[in-house]
Amino acid sequence: MNHHPGAWGQPLPAHAQFDMFNPGQSYRQAPKAAPITHTQQPLVTGTSVLGIKYEGGVMLAADNLASYGSLARFRDIQRLHPLGKQTVIAASGDMSDFQWLKKELDSILREENGLSLTDSHPSLSPQHIYDFLANLFYARRSKMNPLWNAMLVGGWDNKKNESFLGFVDLLGTTYSAPTLATGYGAHIATPLLREAYEDKAGIDGKGPLLTAEEAEKVLADCMKVLFYRDARSINKYQTATVTSEGVKISDSKSVETEWGFAESLRGYGAQNQ
Amino acid sequence: MALFDQRPAYAHEPTVAPIEHRFSPYSDNGGTILAIAGADFAVIAGDTRQSEGYSIQTRYARKVWQLTDNATLATNGFAADGKNFVKRVKQRLEWYEHAHHKPMGLKAIARMIQTMLYGRRFFPYYVYNILGGIEEDGTGAVYSFDPVGSYEREACRAAGAAQSLVQPFLDNQIYFKNQTPAPGAEAFVPGRLPMATVLGLVVDSFTSATERHIEVGDGLEMYVVMKEGRQTTDLTDEGQLPAGMKVEELGSMGEGRGEKTFLVSMPLKRD
Amino acid sequence: MPVEGPSIGFDFSNYARNQFLGERMNGLPRATSTGTTIVGLKFGGGDTGEEEGICLGADTRATGGPIVADKNCEKIHYLAPHMRCCGAGTAADTEFVTNLISSNLELHAYSQGRPARVVTAMTMLKQYLFRYQGQVGAYLVLGGVDSTGAHLFTIHAHGSTDKLPYVTMGSGSMAAMAVFESSFKQHMTRKDAIDLVARAIRSGIFNDLGSGSNVDVSVITKNGTEMMRNYETPNERGIKSRNYKFRRGTTAWTKESIRSLIVSEEVKMTTGAGKTQDGVLDVPVPIGKGPGGEEGMDVDA
Repeated sequence: MNHHPGAWGQPLPAHAQFDMFNPGQSYRQAPKAAPITHTQQPLVTGTSVLGIKYEGGVMLAADNLASYGSLARFRDIQRLHPLGKQTVIAASGDMSDFQWLKKELDSILREENGLSLTDSHPSLSPQHIYDFLANLFYARRSKMNPLWNAMLVGGWDNKKNESFLGFVDLLGTTYSAPTLATGYGAHIATPLLREAYEDKAGIDGKGPLLTAEEAEKVLADCMKVLFYRDARSINKYQTATVTSEGVKISDSKSVETEWGFAESLRGYGAQNQ
Repeated sequence: MALFDQRPAYAHEPTVAPIEHRFSPYSDNGGTILAIAGADFAVIAGDTRQSEGYSIQTRYARKVWQLTDNATLATNGFAADGKNFVKRVKQRLEWYEHAHHKPMGLKAIARMIQTMLYGRRFFPYYVYNILGGIEEDGTGAVYSFDPVGSYEREACRAAGAAQSLVQPFLDNQIYFKNQTPAPGAEAFVPGRLPMATVLGLVVDSFTSATERHIEVGDGLEMYVVMKEGRQTTDLTDEGQLPAGMKVEELGSMGEGRGEKTFLVSMPLKRD
Repeated sequence: MPVEGPSIGFDFSNYARNQFLGERMNGLPRATSTGTTIVGLKFGGGDTGEEEGICLGADTRATGGPIVADKNCEKIHYLAPHMRCCGAGTAADTEFVTNLISSNLELHAYSQGRPARVVTAMTMLKQYLFRYQGQVGAYLVLGGVDSTGAHLFTIHAHGSTDKLPYVTMGSGSMAAMAVFESSFKQHMTRKDAIDLVARAIRSGIFNDLGSGSNVDVSVITKNGTEMMRNYETPNERGIKSRNYKFRRGTTAWTKESIRSLIVSEEVKMTTGAGKTQDGVLDVPVPIGKGPGGEEGMDVDA
């Protein structure tokens, strides 16, 4: 019998149980295989993305930065991605997972597009793409191998003639609202977006919606505040609009910032000079 | 040839490597649900706030789902599990209807939910379920479940964030706990209250939970399932509902026996 | 010679004790915390002619975990006639630390023969908090006007301070700061300042679950301090749909025993050094003639 402490409590295979002549070698522990590793932390990351419904469409915004930890590593990354003529997705979180996702979705869309040319095949609506993403993210979290993203899906439903805005994250959590934001934006931008939306539409959302110009202005305002307060952001961002006309993704733009007040600040306590 | 197999003993064992656990697959999305059974109706209610930590994710997320003409299910806990669980329940109900040409009865749905929950005993749906509706004998019924499938038929049940606030109130008002009947009066019987009383209790439960629990608020949805023969006017008549309610009759979902489901909704405080 | 511990420096012996107690009990006791939105900003001054001052704001929700412990608590604490301090964090700590420093400021004012300055209050607070290494969980927004002008500080529980034209703290700090960052302007009028502070607090109340109920505002200028308690009340509770008055006799009892709590006693009225006074009667009050009458108090009334 093997009385080595390493073998305590281990069931012995049948033919090893009575091997009393060779106690040290008859039963050895299986060598530890390397653990199966999944994405357990994001590496190259994008910060918040924002979305708001407005009169006749939906508008998303995301800055152009992909960080590597605290390093501002890639400063010209597009985090908005069109899927067909009715849908845009915006991603925060792990950028490699996002790139893989873009590839998958583009391939599905190509196939769907091919079918729609030869048949009376319906094209994928924003709701379809959102449901697919929700199922994918939930399935991956259930395999303990998540896609490390929080995504917004914005779109225009041509059949229902209404805008679409949805959230999905690495846990498979989904929800919809007239204004949405991920990450830091949920804490900083959401209050401003909700305020702007409700000032016009009312808390029941039954009043008139913001115009495209107003929506763009409030998003710019939010991107500015995020640039002030989110250490993983950059003052260079893009917006995407989806209307019945289709998807438009803007060129990169920046907001005007104000640092003049810093001139008069002196210290943190009694200092005057 | 196993006798001459010279491979070392451990080679027969499957090499199972541990998967490191850094990622937590669960979240708590707050909110509260509640159901009360009457003699020939049931009310299944939930608030519409979905939250994570100190943030409101959305002010409108559904927690109560109409399954059939006589069954409505409320889910609470981890929202993603809730939605996906309801999806699978509805799928099983559809298969059942295709196989048997009739909708599944309430009692059977309850037992099915138990097996579905227990099926995930070692990776549970982090969801508290309350099923309400009309039993095959025409009585209002409420079934409540724990996340791994233990269940029970009751006259009422509250679950979720404010369970500890609402359930004692229900125990007092529905089960008449700590209440002695007047001398000479009939003994209290739970599950026999009129609809107007029940709806009033549900509304007060939620407005009170909103006052004292930070995760409850924004909106209230009450699904009222009525036995066949009861009329819309039972809800819309003067004095049946507290002020400020919106009532909507939901269409039939298939070949039921004529039970009706109504959605009664109202806003709750948003702070 | 007995071995003596160091007589200076920090003493962490309570840490081990707390760990031990935490394991023995079911975790350490939890304090009521004011999951909070508190803010402050400077207004006026410059060459606008507008009087310089400080505007402070706070919500009124106090929480214990997810439960609302107080729906209308006061988080703008008094420090001195010309100073106020908003508190976030552990409710008891904010209450006691502001009370203590308030007392010390008054003593300081008497000994110096002039009102204490805001920096003095700030220094006293930070030195006190630093001594307790963050264990005193007070997160403060301090504002006031003194002979050197209007001043606004934040003080963290560990003892660090900030001096800025607009500040926010508590669980709703990000919601409130978003409003300030997008709308704050130098040299605002008093009215605009109050409006902006109220808007920042509302932002916390409606978007942060740790904050709620009402808006308190306080304005401090060299001409005085105005405390606007419940400046806005956007979350009043509606009327309940049912009333829960119980029939008398609802609560069961196992034993009834009625006793007179008034034992017959004799009281001798005296004047001066033990002299009895003539003509004064001692009348014991009989039971049943008290405030509740024969049937006792009506609790439902």
